[in-house]
Amino acid sequence: MNVVVPFEGIGASVRRKEDPRFLSGRGQYTDDIVRPNQAYACILRSPHAHAAIRGIDTAAAKAMPGVLAVFTGADMAGIGGLPCGWQIHSKDGSPMAEPKHPVLAEGKVRHVGDPVAVVVAETRAQARDAAEAIVVDYEVLPAAATMEAALAPGAPAIHEGAPGNICYDWHLGDKAATDAAFAAAHKVVSFETSNNRLVPNAMEPRAAIGDYDTATGEYTLWTTSQNPHVIRLLMGAFVLQIPEAKLRVIAPDVGGGFGSKIFHYAEEAIVTWAAGRLGRPVKWTADRTESFMSDAHGRDHVTKAELALDKDGKFLALRVSTLANMGAYLSTFAPSVPTYLYATLLAGCYTTPAIYAEVKAVFTNTVPVDAYRGAGRPEATFLLERLVDIAAAEMGMDRIEIRRRNFIPPDAFPYQTPVALQYDSGNYHATLDAALQAADWAGFEARRAEAARRGRLRGIGCSTYIEACGIAPSAVVGSLGARAGLYEVGTIRVHPTGSVTVLTGAHSHGQGHETTFAQLVADQLGVPLAQVEVVHGDTARVPFGMGTYGSRSLAVGGSAMVKAMDKIIAKGKRIAAHLMEASVEDVEFDRGTFRVAGTDKTKSLAEIALAAYVPHNYPIEELEPGLEETAFYDPKNFTYPGGCHIAEVEIDPETGQVQVVNFTAVDDVGRVINPMIVEGQVQGGVAQGVGQALLEQAVYDAEGQLLSGSMMDYCLPRAEDLPPVGVATHTTLCTHNPLGVKGCGEVGAIGSPPAVINAVVDALRDYGVRHIEMPATPQRIWSIIHAKRPAAAE
Amino acid sequence: MYDFAYHKPGSVADAVKLLTADPEARPISGGQTLLPALKHRLNRPTALVDLSGIAELKGIRKEGDTLTIGALARHVDVAESAEVTSAIPALARMAANIGDIQVRNRGTIGGSVANNDPAADYPAAVLGLGATIVTDRRRIAADDFFQGMFTTALEPGELLVAIEFPIPEKAGYAKMRNPASRYVMTGAFVARLRSGEVRVAINGAGPCVFRQAEMEKALSANWSPEAVANIRQSPEGLNSDIHGSAEYRAHLVTVMAKRAVAEAG
Ligand SMILES: Cc1cc2nc3c(=O)[nH]c(=O)nc-3n(C[C@H](O)[C@H](O)[C@H](O)COP(=O)(O)OP(=O)(O)OC[C@H]3O[C@@H](n4cnc5c(N)ncnc54)[C@H](O)[C@@H]3O)c2cc1C
Repeated sequence: MNVVVPFEGIGASVRRKEDPRFLSGRGQYTDDIVRPNQAYACILRSPHAHAAIRGIDTAAAKAMPGVLAVFTGADMAGIGGLPCGWQIHSKDGSPMAEPKHPVLAEGKVRHVGDPVAVVVAETRAQARDAAEAIVVDYEVLPAAATMEAALAPGAPAIHEGAPGNICYDWHLGDKAATDAAFAAAHKVVSFETSNNRLVPNAMEPRAAIGDYDTATGEYTLWTTSQNPHVIRLLMGAFVLQIPEAKLRVIAPDVGGGFGSKIFHYAEEAIVTWAAGRLGRPVKWTADRTESFMSDAHGRDHVTKAELALDKDGKFLALRVSTLANMGAYLSTFAPSVPTYLYATLLAGCYTTPAIYAEVKAVFTNTVPVDAYRGAGRPEATFLLERLVDIAAAEMGMDRIEIRRRNFIPPDAFPYQTPVALQYDSGNYHATLDAALQAADWAGFEARRAEAARRGRLRGIGCSTYIEACGIAPSAVVGSLGARAGLYEVGTIRVHPTGSVTVLTGAHSHGQGHETTFAQLVADQLGVPLAQVEVVHGDTARVPFGMGTYGSRSLAVGGSAMVKAMDKIIAKGKRIAAHLMEASVEDVEFDRGTFRVAGTDKTKSLAEIALAAYVPHNYPIEELEPGLEETAFYDPKNFTYPGGCHIAEVEIDPETGQVQVVNFTAVDDVGRVINPMIVEGQVQGGVAQGVGQALLEQAVYDAEGQLLSGSMMDYCLPRAEDLPPVGVATHTTLCTHNPLGVKGCGEVGAIGSPPAVINAVVDALRDYGVRHIEMPATPQRIWSIIHAKRPAAAE
Repeated sequence: MYDFAYHKPGSVADAVKLLTADPEARPISGGQTLLPALKHRLNRPTALVDLSGIAELKGIRKEGDTLTIGALARHVDVAESAEVTSAIPALARMAANIGDIQVRNRGTIGGSVANNDPAADYPAAVLGLGATIVTDRRRIAADDFFQGMFTTALEPGELLVAIEFPIPEKAGYAKMRNPASRYVMTGAFVARLRSGEVRVAINGAGPCVFRQAEMEKALSANWSPEAVANIRQSPEGLNSDIHGSAEYRAHLVTVMAKRAVAEAG
């Protein structure tokens, strides 16, 4: 009989282990959890962007039915502010302005949505009713809703201790060398652009439950987090002063994060603290309106960029000056995003020898801004890939040719850029070639002509990008201001009969870790996939790990698992040597089987595990029983996925509507464990990138009211906005981690926006358009078309 | 949502009685507009009078030159009705493109027309066809019905029972959607009635659906897309928001009218 065992190891498109529970509604999200005697919190939020609080009258609210307590900033006065995890130093060496971020407003509110008070009641509706009965006496102050307003002379001061509303004024690169290269350049191309402010909008709104065990004095927080250990550390050590041993943080199933669930938010501290005060579990769940005004937003840059070229189109130098919006307070990792996750990427995949970047971070009366899928790298990629297209046009060069001429050649790795990073591997010509082929770039003009016959303007655009992820070497980021290490932990627990539990500090909230990690372990240990379970998201079950963001889970967390498996195998060999009466050096391990080299003497992993847990015949003098190993892996470098995205669009010139009609992504994400999951990650990222390019924009009015505060006005991409996204990979292995993996979670959102805008600009080539800001909405395109007659039209 | 009482009457008369007795009570049909408003606590009715059990409000009938659609007909019912598809295909197509599938499976024509959202679809068909609104107590011509943003001729407690559409010679509808909400940014419903009358109704662009007299005149003389292609709508008084300025919407009026005529054939 032939038993066909489907291949389920590294490289197999195994179906996701988590999907049966998600697709059948049996996931356990924070809001699904109901604790005995649970009470509900409602947060009263500021309706004003900037106001002094003259008084808060909670008497009526406290008297409402079902109300257990009403707390304001005064009640939490002894509590620490929400800490910032990254300190940037300005050009002059001074540390950034780091104003306190109170959990509940203290004397002042600084953005619409700033938490002012919390009501805890028996039901959600009662809590909300009572919150409406709180009377706050606000003295409305002038607001600085944009960076321009915040930097204007006489602008309202948002924080004491942040003069001019500046958080820091930072720079990177060699200014003198850059200026000299510009002075000697054949041509200088410059442009100004903004990178639109985005609202992450994970499908699951944030939620938190605080619980306090009055018998043991232990706190438990369930929260929608990408990194429960980080939350435990930040909240326990800095905000509430609860020792780690008395604080458990659980991030159960989490429905998407995209970065917005990395950060420690006020509501987590509020429910935990309130649970302690009341001796009852306290739950808070955001509604969508609250999400819009309390989840950290993303991007929001204004930049001037200049590129110096020689007469052959070689890039000589790049000069960039950026204003980055921090919002009203520093969110957990906000300062790092427009600095070390942005300016360090400005070499792109090009050999530009001199680069100088200045970044001024600005406080405004808006929701805090922090990392959002790509975090800094989409901003860098957008300006670079737009600038390259503009340069090609102004040099009269082909857009592809100018890129080829400036690519870091495949034999130049490791490649040291002038902006701190050292790329370990890549082949930009290969990904470009594959994408051009897949997108039929050569056949485009025929498609453009055909579209013109239908009255449509068709354009094609590409972006050749690089990003840095797999964050990050702890010592390096520490020297750059990170207040945390960025290693990851993995535990491999082989049970007595050979099944395996994997504990990881990474957290899955859409990435499919329970599948990919299980595949990795099944492949390396030779265990059936069904016998590998991945545990994550609980500080009481998993050793201290750093969580999931920056496309780090496989590159860092997977590497930790490999190291732990190495230890398992090494120990297993010693046990096997004992059992088979061979020397350890002669024992080989391959896919689940220990063999004495050159013989047919073998022991399965399950037999070794049983011997380890029932150590009757066992080298007990030299070896501990059990088969469980933990490894912490600190990466040696970032990883550098890169590739080429090509977008093809059609514009209806009468309405200005843009439709993306083709999209091709060829990415080098290093070794691929599960191609289906990589494809899904890239497609999801491209959807968000198309959203940024064409649809999404958080808009504040001059008073600091969020005009795009709901789905009625904030436009997320829908299925009909997207073409089928062709995804392919071209692999060069990462040279410094054991798996050769690079990361695929963010490439879609990083590479795609400039490809789309380059295509839109190309579609409008007869209108003499040089640049179009994101999002390229119908109205924006229409205004351009109607302001200009086609240059080529007779 | 605040607490409210719930009634489910079996007849129009009972419903009107409930609504008249309590001026703070509100009728509810599909709930696709009212429920989100309640959830956002924008509305605080004392009671909801659920119309869904009233047989008199249901049904789609063709009688002579008139197509009568009961207030409770859901968007999906109108989209899929053989009567509507054969008598006024533009109306069926309009219904098929309102909101999303969940909205079409719940939302009703009566709720939509009574609500008179400037960005709603149906008001353009009602005004563009010169339909008659039948209520529990009277008949109201479309020209008198739509009075302003979210405002109609309905009196407090008055129920919309049905809408009588004259079956036109030809009719067409084109709209541009608001990219975020997918409601109407600007739409145009054009019709040539059997009486020879030509009507053009514009929705989405202004605070209330309105007729475009200049286009009606041009189309009366020459029923073709070209006839309206160069007629400019004044932006004055049109809506302006983060998605579209009044100028942009004014431009779209012409584009949509042209496309609607082309669709009507
Ligand atoms: C996501 C979403 C997208 C949508 N997109 C669109 C769109 O693209 N185009 C569009 O036109 N609409 C759209 N709608 C609105 C939808 O079509 C609604 O169904 C419609 O506007 C109201 O119909 P309803 O039956 O749901 O009314 P309800 O919500 O039940 O009631 C609406 C109002 O009318 C009153 N009312 C209801 N029935 C009667 C009656 N018989 N007599 C008197 N008053 C009555 C109610 O008291 C209430 O004030 C959308 C809605 C949603 C939720």
